[in-house]
Amino acid sequence: MHVRVEDLTKRYGQVTALDGVSQTFPSGALTAVVGPSGCGKTTLLRCLAGFVAPDRGRLWMGDRDVTHTQPQSRDAAMVFQSYALWPHMTVFENLAFALRLRKVSRGDVGRRVREALDLVELDRVPGIEDRRPRQLSGGQQQRVALARAIVVRPQVLLLDEPLSNLDAKIRHRVRVEIRALQRRTGITAIYVTHDQEEAMSIADMVVVMEGGRVAQAGRPEEVYARPKSPFVAEFLGSTNVLAAVMDPDGRILPSAAGSLIFRAEDIQLASPREPAPAGSAWVDGEIVDVLFLGAGYRAYVRVGEEVIMADNRTPMPRGAVRAVIRLEKVFAFGRD
Amino acid sequence: MNATGLRAPNLRDRPRGLLALALRAALVAVLLGAIVGPLAGLVLWSVAERWHWPALLPQQVGLKYWARITQGDLLAALTRGVAIASVTTVAALVTAIPVSYGAARARLPLGPVLLMLFLLPQAFPQLPVFASAAVLFYRWNLAGTYAGVVLIHLVGGLVYAVWTMTAVFRAIGEDIEEAAINLGASVTRTFFRISLPLALPGVVASSILVFIYSLDEFTGTLLVGAPYVTTLPVYMYTASLGYELQIASVTALVLMVPGVLLLVLMERFLRAEYLAFFGRL
Repeated sequence: MHVRVEDLTKRYGQVTALDGVSQTFPSGALTAVVGPSGCGKTTLLRCLAGFVAPDRGRLWMGDRDVTHTQPQSRDAAMVFQSYALWPHMTVFENLAFALRLRKVSRGDVGRRVREALDLVELDRVPGIEDRRPRQLSGGQQQRVALARAIVVRPQVLLLDEPLSNLDAKIRHRVRVEIRALQRRTGITAIYVTHDQEEAMSIADMVVVMEGGRVAQAGRPEEVYARPKSPFVAEFLGSTNVLAAVMDPDGRILPSAAGSLIFRAEDIQLASPREPAPAGSAWVDGEIVDVLFLGAGYRAYVRVGEEVIMADNRTPMPRGAVRAVIRLEKVFAFGRD
Repeated sequence: MNATGLRAPNLRDRPRGLLALALRAALVAVLLGAIVGPLAGLVLWSVAERWHWPALLPQQVGLKYWARITQGDLLAALTRGVAIASVTTVAALVTAIPVSYGAARARLPLGPVLLMLFLLPQAFPQLPVFASAAVLFYRWNLAGTYAGVVLIHLVGGLVYAVWTMTAVFRAIGEDIEEAAINLGASVTRTFFRISLPLALPGVVASSILVFIYSLDEFTGTLLVGAPYVTTLPVYMYTASLGYELQIASVTALVLMVPGVLLLVLMERFLRAEYLAFFGRL
């Protein structure tokens, strides 16, 4: 079931959390909503869950207008950042709570709880059903929270920074599992995160937000390859921003009139004596430092007043160098 | 620092160590005296059947006055006090749970003002507050009744109940409740299945506070209840007025028992973070 918001607006006093957001979240897909803190992504999710009433705009789940629907009857289960497991109940009771509300028969409750635990791969942990949340590890608590949401077979799954309380190693594993679970169940998932790498790797579609608006939405590859604004380009991991313009030959000239953005991995370092290949932008500079990163080397190149980063497989000697970037890898924006 | 720490203590340190020890011993002695001294006096008086000046110790010792517990008015005053304290506790809980939940969740307009309102009677000297309350109670025919005494106990008891329970409810994360609402539970069901069970230790602790307060309350009970409704503190007061120091001592010791018992219980239930809230708001 697809989810759609139209002109969604929410203000808290002077602060505009959502500023006329219109966006469709495709059915059966995992959409990541990503942006820096304060961009409105959490408010958007809480509007979808029904915990925040928008000042203006409409919300649709499938063909149903849910703008004024109570959170209890939205059929959108949420996974909280803190997991929000009920500490006084066992894992079984946490999962059974919503099923009993729905008057599911006793036998079916047991069966569906086990099914859900199986889906999040907790079924092999002995005695897990009778444990209380505080007896579980962070990763296990996260999975229980996920199981508690999907046990009701919701149409929509809302995830609010679900991995931010896990350490890096477990985070990567659970990320893959959430992705696999979403594929298997075919549920429409909306996944809020501040981590652009997490968003790109997990989602069918990313929605980049900035200042309460959607800055860009699309497939991860598309948004990464063709950012529409300096903000999106920078946020998705473009490491170099130069206040500069290009002349017709591709030479990069410092200027306040525009900004050029390109990624460290797209830079070739060449000798300043060789002519730059056609169809590329180039600038001369000086390597001031080289760091070993494991997979390769990162050279810090001084260009005029600024320093850009260039990633290479091989170490480069310090000194004069020419940075060459293929034209399609350079994002040029006018200064507004 | 480490190097000197490893060396054996030199001679110059020793007198200082002795001095510290002596100071500590003195402190312990003073504290013990402050706690045990009055208690010892009470115990001594409670068993003194004859004790005339200037004797250091009673001339005749016995359990004659202790035997009074099992008979007549002391026991009646005790059971009356327990009954009043029980009703007061229940009434305080029924009032305080919704009020403090509302204040904790900021769903109550003027929550902080309301909290201050409950604190207000404590801001004035008790005697004038209770005396003017007593005047009103006479007008309303509540003087000398159980209802009147329960009401006057609620004035103080609600302060403890509302303030502790606001802290307790505030300690429960809002997302814990949202998770239940998100999965289809009504607000009422969420409160009774999620919030209240989680707040239970705090609710128990808060009831103990109110119970002890009511059991020990004197001024209000005397002004409103006497002479028809006498609880142990009032009984003790009358006894010592009549120079029956033995009866007063026995009463005081009896009165200590539930207090100490409940405080020990409460210490197990009330987490430090709830108490810390008293300093915040």
